[in-house]
Amino acid sequence: MSDATLNTLPEGPNIKGKLSRDDIIMRAGMGVIALYLVVTMVFPLYAMLSKSFSTYQFDLATYELQVSDEEGNFSGEILNPLNLNATLGIYGDDDMITGSDGRLPLTKLFPDFSFRSTVKYKIRNKVEGGRFLVGSTLHTELDWLELDSNTFRRAQIRPVKATGFGNFINYFSTPALFNSIKNSLFIAVISTIVTVSLAFWFAYALNRSCMRFKGFFRLVAMAPILVPSLLPGIALVYLFGNQGMIKELLFGASIYGPIGIVIGSVFFTFPHAFLIISTALAISDARLYEAAVSLRASPWRTFWTVTIPGARYGLISAAFVVFNLVITDFGLPKVIGGQFNVLAVDIYKQVIGQQNFEMGAVVSVVLVIPAILAFGIDRMVQSKQVALLSARSVPYQPTPSAKMDGIFLAYCTGVALFVLGMLAVCQFAALIKFWPYDLNLSLNNYQFDKMDGGGWASYFNSIKLGLITAVVGTSIVFFGAYLVEKSNGFRIGRALFQMFAMLPMAIPGMVLGLAYIFFFNNPANPLNAVYGTMAILVICTVTHFYTVSHLTAVTALKQMDREFESVSASLKQPTLKLFGRVTVPVCLPSILDISIYLFVNAMTTVSAVVFLYSPKTTLASIAVLNMDDAGDVAPAAAMGMMIFYTNAAARIIHLIASRGILKRTQAWRTQ
Amino acid sequence: MKLKAPIFATLAAGAILATSAVAETELTVYTAVEAEDLARYAETFNASHPDIKINWVRDSTGIVTAKLLAERDNPQADVVWGLAATSLLLLKSEGMLEGYAPVGVEKLDAKFVDGDNPPAWVGMDAWVASVCYNTVEAEKAGLKPPTSWKDLTDPMYAGHLIMPNPNSSGTGFLDVSSWLQMFGEEGGWAYMDALHENIARYTHSGSKPCKLAAAGEIPIGISFAFRGAKSKAAGAPLEIIVPSEGVGWDMEATAIVAGTANLEAAKTLVDFTVTLEANEMYNTGYAVVAMPGVAKPVEHFPEGLLDAMIDNDFEFAANNRAAILSEWQSRYDGKSDPK
Repeated sequence: MSDATLNTLPEGPNIKGKLSRDDIIMRAGMGVIALYLVVTMVFPLYAMLSKSFSTYQFDLATYELQVSDEEGNFSGEILNPLNLNATLGIYGDDDMITGSDGRLPLTKLFPDFSFRSTVKYKIRNKVEGGRFLVGSTLHTELDWLELDSNTFRRAQIRPVKATGFGNFINYFSTPALFNSIKNSLFIAVISTIVTVSLAFWFAYALNRSCMRFKGFFRLVAMAPILVPSLLPGIALVYLFGNQGMIKELLFGASIYGPIGIVIGSVFFTFPHAFLIISTALAISDARLYEAAVSLRASPWRTFWTVTIPGARYGLISAAFVVFNLVITDFGLPKVIGGQFNVLAVDIYKQVIGQQNFEMGAVVSVVLVIPAILAFGIDRMVQSKQVALLSARSVPYQPTPSAKMDGIFLAYCTGVALFVLGMLAVCQFAALIKFWPYDLNLSLNNYQFDKMDGGGWASYFNSIKLGLITAVVGTSIVFFGAYLVEKSNGFRIGRALFQMFAMLPMAIPGMVLGLAYIFFFNNPANPLNAVYGTMAILVICTVTHFYTVSHLTAVTALKQMDREFESVSASLKQPTLKLFGRVTVPVCLPSILDISIYLFVNAMTTVSAVVFLYSPKTTLASIAVLNMDDAGDVAPAAAMGMMIFYTNAAARIIHLIASRGILKRTQAWRTQ
Repeated sequence: MKLKAPIFATLAAGAILATSAVAETELTVYTAVEAEDLARYAETFNASHPDIKINWVRDSTGIVTAKLLAERDNPQADVVWGLAATSLLLLKSEGMLEGYAPVGVEKLDAKFVDGDNPPAWVGMDAWVASVCYNTVEAEKAGLKPPTSWKDLTDPMYAGHLIMPNPNSSGTGFLDVSSWLQMFGEEGGWAYMDALHENIARYTHSGSKPCKLAAAGEIPIGISFAFRGAKSKAAGAPLEIIVPSEGVGWDMEATAIVAGTANLEAAKTLVDFTVTLEANEMYNTGYAVVAMPGVAKPVEHFPEGLLDAMIDNDFEFAANNRAAILSEWQSRYDGKSDPK
């Protein structure tokens, strides 16, 4: 007997609270939404990953051949192509790896083959599933097929499916593809630096100066979020293309390439960077600045030792968000990229152009890596963030300064001109009859039904998609966030759910779309029926934009005291009743924010849905892409501006609705 | 009794209407025909066959082919009406097409019909490569109009030339495959090496080079004659040039997708696609159609195009497609921006 056993009490039974009916309902709800995320994200991504390892190989061993003499008599000796190749050494192992469309002629295995010869050949599949072509007729049967020399020339074997790293080896040994990694990183880094610097000073001017027209500039800065990312590309063609209005400004450089991609990327990522940095700059402790002044620090020194450190988390976050947006964007480089290949466009080219789905999956896997890295680093940095404002903080109030305010006003006007100019150019281009030869105004470019892309129907489809996504998405996201935020215990489950909810942010739209093809277009999948319908577009869009919506909802819910739940429990009210009666009304502003966010993104998204639309569900954003692709650039601009006006109108309605609802439901907040 | 007669008639008429509504078959038809022609095609067909409704799935050749191949194990289409023969050969080599000899197929030019019996596909019209030449912009740049493919490699045209990327455009592929057939394997690649030096950039779609030339964005676009004729008709300062060595072409063709649930309706549609009426309909936009003697001259279509069409080996094109495309990609794709 040792002392230790004497001094410790025997372990008691592990006491667990009994699960109430509410707890069960909430856990079940969480399970359902987690299952949704698993089915719409984890499974498709897994399907894609396994596709990237699915290779096609010629399997010489699965065929048998016979050769006759000059008179056409067969000796009965059966030749195996594998052994023939082994003796002759014609094809190496690398030659055996191919795509789904690969073909391998057999004549090379017969050094003295001549198509004029009277020698006859026999060929057959040795096993079930073997495939060879004669001309373009597929043979899968096991019977011997006799061919004369001239026909044997047209016999080719087809590859069989295998699993392995073949596609990746192939990818990294193709410089044309491999180069895209470098290109993508290059434009992403440059665009990030430019956008973050521009957005920082813009946000600084709005938060730390006494400049006029702040409201107006804030509105303008947010405008690019309302258009598809390829619209700035179209504007740039009109501005700097060979017939561009101000192409002289480029001094002969071509807009088609990195220059165009960077300018366009700055345009469409600006609002994202601005929002994040602005939030970071909005809160600041005036006491730090007072201290700086009393220590006689120069404004420059104060800027680097107080302002920048205070905003560093915002800056880092903005940088990663922009980096991710640029590297995963597909529309812009497609329109203005010229010969400058980037990863996202490679996926499109592999899948749409070459029907090489396996290679598309490989490029997707490659694209996911920097996206996930950027996302992961950002998360790590954010988790280190500590509250800057304490209860004793004094909010910073900018002091008027005629000189600084003037400089900032000029700067912001410049940025606003850039943003508004791009939009104006698109609208102008849409109204011109035939640029540059017939400058009369006309509405011809609005006759979408005469162009590719699905006509006006695609515009209405987009609105439909936006509305459904807003309603369905907001319900799923908010309810999910509520369950994960307010349910008791079940830590592992909640942590897992949080992880699933964060994951979509790291998955590029192109990758998600492609993964959906692999997963949903599989006849063995019971969910196959949604393929080609509006439902799959809604699912894809909700999942694609899940994370930001989820975070908005969680932030709103965190502001609500958990006491509400305790009170409702002690009053013996079901939690769901509390949810409907209290939580939803209180969080209504955030719910509206989530729905408008989903609506706007559903209207503008291209990358995720480009693989998923069907003729009945063509979308306006895809129509912009397709019309531009067919060379109908002006109608593409017209459609792009239709998206802009629709989103702007939705924003205004949202604003009015929020005001009205705020007045009615949030009156208590002001007391 | 007299009063009841009209009522009875109305009822009967109602019943007939009801049954005809029930009898209506819907066909999902995949196509790469230009969007503006589709409504006309469906209308003409429905004039004689009101009971079959066509649901078009239209996209560029590459995308439709990709879609069909992706749906290999679960075909969604009933009929393919208006897709490049090269693409249909790919589908055929996957065993995806249902052989069927449409009524009246013997009236078509034999080179427009698949060699098998029953044929896996039947041709509609030909789609011929051409060079779109913007006279206004070319003059500004001081260019002389080219007369042959070889001319286009002249350093004078450096940076003034656009062509479709064969990896994403059927038109681009027919150019490449025709050069390989005309100049031989080695000569063809050597030609493209030289041409690449002059190309400003490659576009994704086949009609875009001509539309860009029409808009003056580039002086010369390698595209197809039909697009050129249309842009010219729309008022663009275009000259459509037929290079003297000959031009590549592909045909648009029709086929029934194996496994369709609406085989009878599909056959009816394919029967229609080889009729005189259908061929006249194709002729509105195409100078060359499958039925001999039908073609009337199309406005702005370049002269001598028919004779310039090379003796195209579709099987070569289809069976070597993968190899040609990957060779092309390794040579020209992803190179740094041309100067």
